[in-house]
Amino acid sequence: MQCEDLTGLASAMAGDDQTELLTIQAQAHLDSCLRCQAEIAQYRKLIKALHVLRSEVFVPAPGFLNDVLISLEEAGERGGLRLLLGGRKAAYAGGLAMATAAGAAGVIVLVSRSRQRRMGLAS
Amino acid sequence: MPEALADLVAAARGGDKSAFDELVRETFSGTYTLAYRLVGDEEDARDVVQEAYLRAYRGLKNFRGDAQFTTWLYRITANCASTHLSRRGRHRHEEMPDDDFVPDTHLVGDPAAQSEVTALRAELNVALQALPPKLRSVVVLRDVYDLSHEAIAVELGISESAAKVRLHRARRQLRERLFPLPGEEGASHAV
Repeated sequence: MQCEDLTGLASAMAGDDQTELLTIQAQAHLDSCLRCQAEIAQYRKLIKALHVLRSEVFVPAPGFLNDVLISLEEAGERGGLRLLLGGRKAAYAGGLAMATAAGAAGVIVLVSRSRQRRMGLAS
Repeated sequence: MPEALADLVAAARGGDKSAFDELVRETFSGTYTLAYRLVGDEEDARDVVQEAYLRAYRGLKNFRGDAQFTTWLYRITANCASTHLSRRGRHRHEEMPDDDFVPDTHLVGDPAAQSEVTALRAELNVALQALPPKLRSVVVLRDVYDLSHEAIAVELGISESAAKVRLHRARRQLRERLFPLPGEEGASHAV
């Protein structure tokens, strides 16, 4: 077992990703190799330092919060308008369908009446 | 989840727009900070934040509440940042201006320790920005924001094993630069 064989595992071992199982040979090497131990220790320092960054906050330019709120407002309005237009579309379609059906019914009635008249005249 | 935030989430899910606005105010700085860390540019970060809140607003009904709201929001932000970066196809390596930082008030008692930590943070931020965006995203989400490998893989659109490989590469580059072992100093970049 060489240090290079363990390199891939060192950062995982230093973090909380220790699901990687060490072979007996790897563990034996780690127990006796100061360089690998130092490497893991350095990874631990790095990961600890990265964790600390979580408490750091970057401040955006003034006014940006309002920009976000306005864009949300606009998105909300657009969504509402879309719903409204969607509802109107359905109403228009329904109206057209009803008008078409009524027209068709009227045509059928007219045709049947004219047939009846013709039959009455013929008899 | 803090109770106040949970109440706001519940109200916003019920259609209360002002509750969602309040959620934005509460989480705004954190979201912007994550976006900035991921894309490394103020203007891009603003675009990512706007997109993230719009997606959150539209998808709030899908938030099941089994994770923290901030974690859910961070996942959306990570996804938006990933989309943004791939759309722009840019690989910037700019340093972040120091005047954007808010000092950590936990260290006010010990000026020496404070300056040491501040220096390390500055070096770390520069080193993070020097990483390729694909590596930076993974290490930021895992080691700064504690997202699981699975969540990172989902939001970045990569496999879990790819996420682990990227994490290892990112950590290695950072360690060699900031915490080099004897013999590595020459190979590492100057900070």
